[in-house]
Amino acid sequence: MIEIGLGHYLTLGAIIFFLGVMGIFLNRKNVIVILMSIELILLAVNINLISFSIFSGDIVGQIFTMLTLTVAAAEAAIGLAIIVIYYRNKGSIRVEDIHGMKG
Amino acid sequence: MINNLNILLPEIFLTLSIFGILMLGVFIKRSFNLVFNLSSIVIIVTITIILNSPNNVEKIFLESFIRDSFSQFFKLLILVSSLFVLNSSKSFIHDNKIDKFEYPIIILISILGMFFMVSSNDLILFYLGLELQSLALYILASIDRDNLRSSESGIKYFVLSALSSGLLLYGCSLLYGFTGSTNFEIISFELIDTNVGAIFAMVFILVGLAFKVSAVPFHMWTPDVYEGAPTSITSFFAVVPKVAGLALLIKFMFVPFSNILLEWQTIMIFISIASMILGAVAAIVQKNIKRLLAYSSIGHIGYALAGVASGSITGYASSVLYITIYVVMNIGAFSCLYLMKKDGNYKEDIEDLSGVSKKHPILAISFLIILFSLAGVPPLGGFFAKFYVFKAVLEQEMYVLAIVGLLTTVISAFYYLRIIKIIYFDEKSSTFDKVKNKVVQVTVFLSCSILITFFLYPYFLNNIVNSLFIV
Repeated sequence: MIEIGLGHYLTLGAIIFFLGVMGIFLNRKNVIVILMSIELILLAVNINLISFSIFSGDIVGQIFTMLTLTVAAAEAAIGLAIIVIYYRNKGSIRVEDIHGMKG
Repeated sequence: MINNLNILLPEIFLTLSIFGILMLGVFIKRSFNLVFNLSSIVIIVTITIILNSPNNVEKIFLESFIRDSFSQFFKLLILVSSLFVLNSSKSFIHDNKIDKFEYPIIILISILGMFFMVSSNDLILFYLGLELQSLALYILASIDRDNLRSSESGIKYFVLSALSSGLLLYGCSLLYGFTGSTNFEIISFELIDTNVGAIFAMVFILVGLAFKVSAVPFHMWTPDVYEGAPTSITSFFAVVPKVAGLALLIKFMFVPFSNILLEWQTIMIFISIASMILGAVAAIVQKNIKRLLAYSSIGHIGYALAGVASGSITGYASSVLYITIYVVMNIGAFSCLYLMKKDGNYKEDIEDLSGVSKKHPILAISFLIILFSLAGVPPLGGFFAKFYVFKAVLEQEMYVLAIVGLLTTVISAFYYLRIIKIIYFDEKSSTFDKVKNKVVQVTVFLSCSILITFFLYPYFLNNIVNSLFIV
């Protein structure tokens, strides 16, 4: 039996964080997937914060997590609203179609 | 307890007035003008509150909120610049039918977020302030919601900014884990011993902050968002969030990361050099003035970061001075754009300016002053801003940074001078509508006169910015 320690949680957080970042860069299909990837990044941060908080016996990390969750919800709401108005104008939310201006 | 709340008075007043104005906007029909004027009054009242508050250092809420001369100065700069940006853009907002009552309210909300950013002394408050500001800015970028370009710039800004917030937050979580605290001073104290994890966290936080001030290599969103968003929003984006972002960057380098200077200095030098070079080179081929100003602002942030990269008090002070002059120049430049109106449409191509000097000598001379100042021609304000930055850099004997800075100044002078050549010497003479807009004219006049007369009193501003860093 291996004991699950701080390192394991941090590794899990790092993997989820990495998946989120890769999801934004590799995804060529749909903007909604980008929104999900952003949520993954924020959740990875939450895993980090909670495990740090538990292993150091300091409550601040858990408070930070609650606030991060709130911010993530607000961000998702505004992101979806922007995607809706974009869809109304363009009729598509494929990532490949978002190139009206040269970037 | 009541005495303590006085420390927070500007924020409390701003929050309550946002609630009040929002209610008025909802219940009164066609309330844009009312809401707009009330918002300007709120900004002016907040300025007087800040000017009347004492200057000593105070901390409240478990030392997470700090009021010192540094935060006071940046709050004033944010308020004054947003007052001018907001009022000079009023007729533009009307002409482009984006006169929704939410417009000034969302700007007030983003100002509130910036207030918490510049006076945060704790990772949690800092992150919440940053997000409050960013969420408001996402909406502002896509405020012209029936316009494809505006909504596209909104989506681009949202995705990239949310990614950078995520990176920054990951850095915050690591910093909390490896130092055991979210308080800036305790973090700074913990970093006296070498701490590899915290250096890793520092890189993440630096990436997030570099994105917020649009420094290379995290500048990809800037030209697109500047071009796509309505000009009134672009002028806000180019001025106010930059001030708050740079204030936060300086605060991070000055307080929590002050003991790992050698580690972040290399990264900062790289970011600064890359921004200066890209800002100078990429702007040469631009045809749209807003896109050109976007690249020029990337270059200017590079100069401001050169001051930060020197890592000394004079360096930070020169960087604050640089951003102050930058604000004056950019407000003037964008106000000039509001005067380029032809047959009811606002023009934004450089070609539209050809031969303007024949019919509109005053607009041409204002452009001349502002562009010369952006290029750093003495004796205008822009020259002194660069002068103090390079002086601070040379004091630290960072010759490479100074040489690259001077070279890019020369390169960037090319495209500023090209616009002046188009205005004064092109054959075709274009005319614009007669614009009777007192506020815009006064803004342009103030901006130009500050830039011209700056050499008479450089020590005034220099003494103020130097006093910000006395602990």
